[in-house]
Amino acid sequence: MNKIVSYVLADIIRNRMILFYAIILLALSLSVFSLEDTASKGVLSMLNLILMIVPLFNIIFSTIYMYQGSEFIDLLVSQPIQRKTLWRGMFLGLISSLGIAFLVGAGWVIVLFEPNYVGVLLLACGLLLTFIFSAIAMLAAVLFVDKAKGIGFSVLIWLFYSILFDGLILFLVFQFSDYPIERGMILVSMLNPIDLARIMILMQLDVSALMGYTGAIFKDFFGTQEGILISFSMLILWAIIPFLVSAKKFRTKDL
Amino acid sequence: MIQVQHVSKRFGNFEVLKEIDLAFKPGTCVALIGPNGSGKTTLLKSILQMVQVDHGAILFMGESILGQWEYRRFIGFMPQMTRYPENMTVGALIEMMIDMREHVSILDEELINSFHIRAIYHQRMGTLSGGTRQKVGACLAFLFNPYVLILDEPTAGLDPLSAEILKQKISQEKANGKLIIISSHVLSELDELASDVVYMQEGSILFQKTMAELKLETHELKLSKILEKKFRAR
Repeated sequence: MNKIVSYVLADIIRNRMILFYAIILLALSLSVFSLEDTASKGVLSMLNLILMIVPLFNIIFSTIYMYQGSEFIDLLVSQPIQRKTLWRGMFLGLISSLGIAFLVGAGWVIVLFEPNYVGVLLLACGLLLTFIFSAIAMLAAVLFVDKAKGIGFSVLIWLFYSILFDGLILFLVFQFSDYPIERGMILVSMLNPIDLARIMILMQLDVSALMGYTGAIFKDFFGTQEGILISFSMLILWAIIPFLVSAKKFRTKDL
Repeated sequence: MIQVQHVSKRFGNFEVLKEIDLAFKPGTCVALIGPNGSGKTTLLKSILQMVQVDHGAILFMGESILGQWEYRRFIGFMPQMTRYPENMTVGALIEMMIDMREHVSILDEELINSFHIRAIYHQRMGTLSGGTRQKVGACLAFLFNPYVLILDEPTAGLDPLSAEILKQKISQEKANGKLIIISSHVLSELDELASDVVYMQEGSILFQKTMAELKLETHELKLSKILEKKFRAR
């Protein structure tokens, strides 16, 4: 498997798109942190940036890469290599290269300007979102033979979690505003990795005081060690489950 | 060496393989022929488990291949119109294929030499012509000295000289006691190579016979004439 990982890694690192991604991240994160007067504001802007760019780039790039790499996959399945090993190697190669790009582009800037708990949390969320959306991309690539459909599916997933999901939540909150739904909202937020990361970081900042009663309930959960631990486990599950489903599909796929 | 037992496969509503039963012995060269869409490639791919069969079993050296993968190191596969990683150079591709294997016995570089592949080691796969890719594919299939060679339309797109080199290599490996399965539409080249003929039609085996049996039956020497006679007789 290590050989497959290193081939994928070497292949992606040479890709121009990933260089572009790292440079954009670097430019944005440097300017965000040096423009804001307080570090806390910097974290907030950085958070919004990461929640927007990281899922979008990772899901699109990974989907396209998986379709381009189908030649590599076709070639290797006829060789004495287990399909499980091949798929795992592809995934590890993909997430490690994208993870490196994130660390080079934004990771070290965050740690430099925000060398504390929140900074590390933000870094971890960025990496986890990278893994999650690459895993979803692999699922898209194995579900759809047609490249256009696969990329369409990926864009739709991104759109759903970035925009539509929040609209849906807003609608539900409005409809059920007479009921005590705050605790339920914590559960619902677990269903969207982007929201989960957002709430987790927000609750570590002072701005959470501005959110009224819901903010207090959220703070009660996400402010504690257990809350953070549970949220992190959820984010990890968000990366593992799509990957496992894709691996299971790939095992019996006809090529 | 390879036994195919009651194998069926359908793609959606289309039944590609219907209850296929076949046995392949070492030291033979089996010509797999039949019209387009008769299931030849699917059958070859299911031996490599690139296609997962719905029913039936395939045995390799007496053991079911289901869930196995190591047996593939004994098989050299040359696919039909392969796609290779476009950005890789020929040299890097061959290096990688060697690198990916855990057990590499003695490499058979005869085809690499006779096709002069080393001269194009620095070229990217994406820039090669169809015939040249085919040559690289042939080199890879023979490279690891496999017991079984599965060649899907090996000479399609090759120039006559290269096709001749490949044919010589095939008959040499057959003499070495290897099992060779060739799917092809060029009957004239099969005349010299094949010792057995499997004819497929619409996912079924119409017949599996040795060349000697067929020649005796039809009193013809050429495969094209044999087939013509056999189908007229029906």
